[in-house]
Amino acid sequence: MSAILTAENLKRHYEVGGGAFRSAATVRALDGASFALEPGKTLAVVGESGCGKSTLARVVTMIEPPSGGSLAIEGREVGPDGAAKDRDLRAMVQIVFQDPYGSLNPRQTIGQTLMEPLMLNRPEIKAEERESRAREMLRMVGLRDEHFDRYPHMFSGGQRQRVAVGRALMLEPKILVLDEPVSALDLSIQSQVLNLLIDLQEKFQLAYLFISHDLSVVRHLADEVMVMYLGRPVETGPKDEIFAHPRHPYTRALLSATPVADPRHEKTRIKLEGELPSPMAVPEGCPFNPRCWRATDECRREFPPYEGERHRYACYHPIEE
Amino acid sequence: MPLLEIRNLTVEFSTTSGAFRAVDGVDITVEPGDLMAIVGESGSGKSVSMLAVMGLLPWTATITADLMAFNGHDLRGMTAKQRRRIIGRDMSMIFQEPMSSLNPCFTVGFQIRESLKKHTDLDRKGRQERAVELMKLVGIPAPEKRLGAFPHQLSGGMSQRAMIAMALACEPKLLIADEPTTALDVTIQAQILELLTGLQERTGMALILITHDMGVVAETVKRVQVQYAGQKVEEQEVGALFDDPHHPYTAALLAALPERATERRLPTIPGVVPGQFDRPTGCLFSPRCRFADAHCKAVEPVQASPEMGLALCHYPLSHGEPTKKEQAS
Repeated sequence: MSAILTAENLKRHYEVGGGAFRSAATVRALDGASFALEPGKTLAVVGESGCGKSTLARVVTMIEPPSGGSLAIEGREVGPDGAAKDRDLRAMVQIVFQDPYGSLNPRQTIGQTLMEPLMLNRPEIKAEERESRAREMLRMVGLRDEHFDRYPHMFSGGQRQRVAVGRALMLEPKILVLDEPVSALDLSIQSQVLNLLIDLQEKFQLAYLFISHDLSVVRHLADEVMVMYLGRPVETGPKDEIFAHPRHPYTRALLSATPVADPRHEKTRIKLEGELPSPMAVPEGCPFNPRCWRATDECRREFPPYEGERHRYACYHPIEE
Repeated sequence: MPLLEIRNLTVEFSTTSGAFRAVDGVDITVEPGDLMAIVGESGSGKSVSMLAVMGLLPWTATITADLMAFNGHDLRGMTAKQRRRIIGRDMSMIFQEPMSSLNPCFTVGFQIRESLKKHTDLDRKGRQERAVELMKLVGIPAPEKRLGAFPHQLSGGMSQRAMIAMALACEPKLLIADEPTTALDVTIQAQILELLTGLQERTGMALILITHDMGVVAETVKRVQVQYAGQKVEEQEVGALFDDPHHPYTAALLAALPERATERRLPTIPGVVPGQFDRPTGCLFSPRCRFADAHCKAVEPVQASPEMGLALCHYPLSHGEPTKKEQAS
């Protein structure tokens, strides 16, 4: 199927600090990501803090313009001024945030929250129509009609996340960016929300950009996986390939560090030395080289080129099976 | 003699809208050198019960217990001064947010030496040496230099290591770790868990790990206690718990793990954890339980036998099937 969103060498750099006596430093929060989203499919982005996954979410939702590379949605290029002048483009990509306690306005009822996107973006829609669409959405995300006039504080975390998903879908987007949508929820609630996301994706053929650090959730939900480290994707590919045959040492280490809920599981843990470097001072060459047990001089000089077709990885010394 | 023995612990908070029971009749037994986990979702009372043991609850809390003994000392009715002689020396605790549990105004070294000053008769030089030794023990590179660092100069993993160093300063008999890795990245989490279990093995202290992460439980501890809505619902060895959970809540929780799923739609637990105003009668889990009947909704269950994991259930499960149901009907 053809891609609905394509990103080519996407970059987002920030200038930080800098004053009268100090020159500004550049944080390469996102430094060259290429990927594509397809309708009805899920691309999961995994990585640790500082790897640029949230920056990626902000660039894809056009909250921030890219500072390099290209981003095209349904063939339409997103320019350097983002989508500021193009409301239709912006409506196509919607986002659900991690914390349902912080992302809903406590002064708005659930109904108002759901109707607001329509009010701003589709002013031609009449008030009655708006309300009926919002009530329809409420049912779709598994809430009841009487919830329409209630306020967010009267709901549990899982229900609030349902509202947040509903709000994101009001403008009938084609792409949904999910930034850690279940990590603030308890395990028993998490599965309810994941099932809802699966149902909605099938119903509307949504393309998901699913950002998570929980590999067991990713394994369950994703079609494709992109592993990021300090602003760059180090490995991308079909889910089963990535989990069964990781080629990049970082992917391997990440998989082995993730606890498995099975006491009989044999631990073959790769112990990574050291901490994540700060994104302000990304190491030269391959960013993973100071923690990598396979690193050589070559790795310290230059970022490795991507290899492979469907399953791509950037490493001079990939793990052979 | 158990190191820590608690019978029928109940903690109630007085709120403006009436009393809220956060912990409801919990028993905990910890032997010396034990490695156990308390698992539960938010609101299960897992942190509150341990804070009650540490004496760290605010004045709004009313703590009652039939027995609450640590190493031969009765913790009930102990004055703050007496308690301070135990806390930080024989029993210490580390918390979820290392950044916010360290005092930002003092160096890490000062905070480690402070507990040594309080509890040991080491002199200034001895305390410094011990602090360096502790920093090495928890794997902090260049310990002499890092002792002079303020908490904001350390990363999350480093501050958690410093917290652990602080907690271990007086070689405690019991370390309580309250979600020690929840705020950390997975590769750092792996390092910290390895450090904690390694230290537990080497020093022979008992470790209670409070967590909601079933993966962490499976890989780290030997014994598990499951809590739900303030009650202890099950206790088993870790292997047996994952193989054959006896309480329907444990079974449902394990089934909801994405990695155990066999289909694309995950099994769910309907409803939410009961709050202050919607506590059900009878079994607290009955509104969400797929095996519950009228008996469960009316009568409070009692603990099953140790072979059935002390499950707080009328019909404890055996290999996924409820038992005793025929007898009752």
